[in-house]
Amino acid sequence: MSRDVVIMGAAETDIGKLPHTSTLELHVEGARRALADANLTKDQVDGIASVSVPGPIQVSHALGITPTYVDGTGVGGSSFLFHVRHATAAIKAGYADVVLITHGESGRSRVGAPPFPRGNDSVMAQFEMPYGIVGPPTSFTVPARRFLHETDNTLEQLAEVAVAQRRWAARNPRAMFRDEVTVDDVLGAKMIADPFTLLMCCLVTDGGGALVVASREFAEAHGSDKPLVHILGTGEAATTPLISQMEDMTRCKQFTLSSQAAFKESGTSPADIDHLMIYDAFAHVPLYGLEDMGFVGRGESGAFVADGHTSPGGRLPMNTNGGGMSYTHTGMYGMFAIQESVRQLRGEAAAQVDDVSTSLVLGNGGMFMSAATLILANQP
Amino acid sequence: MTTKDPEVSPEARFAPRATPETQPYWDATAAGRLDLPRCRPCDQVFFYPRSSCPRCGSTDLEWVTCSGRGLLHTYVVSHRPAPGFPVPTVIAVVELEEGPRMMTNLVDAEPETLELDMPVEVRFEQRTGVAVPVFVPVSENAAKEEAR
Repeated sequence: MSRDVVIMGAAETDIGKLPHTSTLELHVEGARRALADANLTKDQVDGIASVSVPGPIQVSHALGITPTYVDGTGVGGSSFLFHVRHATAAIKAGYADVVLITHGESGRSRVGAPPFPRGNDSVMAQFEMPYGIVGPPTSFTVPARRFLHETDNTLEQLAEVAVAQRRWAARNPRAMFRDEVTVDDVLGAKMIADPFTLLMCCLVTDGGGALVVASREFAEAHGSDKPLVHILGTGEAATTPLISQMEDMTRCKQFTLSSQAAFKESGTSPADIDHLMIYDAFAHVPLYGLEDMGFVGRGESGAFVADGHTSPGGRLPMNTNGGGMSYTHTGMYGMFAIQESVRQLRGEAAAQVDDVSTSLVLGNGGMFMSAATLILANQP
Repeated sequence: MTTKDPEVSPEARFAPRATPETQPYWDATAAGRLDLPRCRPCDQVFFYPRSSCPRCGSTDLEWVTCSGRGLLHTYVVSHRPAPGFPVPTVIAVVELEEGPRMMTNLVDAEPETLELDMPVEVRFEQRTGVAVPVFVPVSENAAKEEAR
């Protein structure tokens, strides 16, 4: 008999600039808070999922857990969505009962964090780095000009993504940037990688968070009185380690593949989704997500955002925590996107949307390299 | 304690180092050629060099010399400082005449004059001791050749 799987605990650490907290400690603090949220002790956990560094063995050992299910999938910021998917499968198969998924990243302060990779013979180091690429702002942005050119979305509409998300951040006391901005503010901000200005780029922060995933049966028997978040459908896909090798620079194939799998499994379609989180490392990523998942037609995403449909009061509230561009972005933001969906479904978000019963989370990993989709609901 | 980056010269960060399967590519750039693997069964050139064809899986490959001509597919104008690079630097993807696309720089071109799908041509720049393929707009390049 198939077991329904739920998120029974979810919590974030403090976020922002945390120069006195190590990467490991952010994982561990997130885990403690999520377990407290679920009303569980660490001894009830039998599965762990996390990314390197420090990795699932270090995290579980620090917590005093001996896991018998371990997932170290590390495919970028989407990894935590992959972990939820894998944990769901493991719980359904009977390989684990309670899986703890942790994130922690000293992205800004870099305490107990590894140096950025320097392997000069990696594929990226040989074929992209030699062109002056200094991190995601100078490479993740490269496809956008082609996207605007082929879809007829405009530069002003690209800026509207940042404007819309700041409206949500203004309603969220935990968001790093809370002052509303205009399209002119966004376009007039410091130029980073033309056409991207600073306000079209994500933040770099410290923070962590964790999720407790379990069977519905276990959660109802042992959990807290927090509403359960049901995992209705999931999907995952990966394409290329090099952004220059995207099959089509104006479409993200793994956004389509992973969302189609999640829609199919859950028996839902975009019209059934009340609330949306699309990983926004940069302003173009939500536009790709809206189009590639079928929420809007080809070339319609810019106008959809500019017309306010994803803003407060709009018909498809998106990135309601303020997103990676205004709320927080530790480097691997996916955990925070899931956390906001959980809060919205529980009715406890800072900028709570009315009547959210379904939420979709799309996580991007690397620079258009991997993606996973979760479709979550407050009912089975 | 905050982790410090290892001691390396700032430019060395951007120096590519070949692996056995990519060595012919870098040997060719040193000789002023852009060589890529071609799958014999598919008759397709692919980027980046790998030991089997990403399309059909065949290991029946040969190295071919590309024409060096292509079209500017997309780009950003980076204002981020990078050791050894001018500000701004045009970071681009070029679609080669043979089909594959590759990351590169557009050099010797004013960013304002760039247009998507404009013809470009390869040139090799010595960077940290390695010949790196970059591209220039064709018209400008042709004009310079004439001037010589």
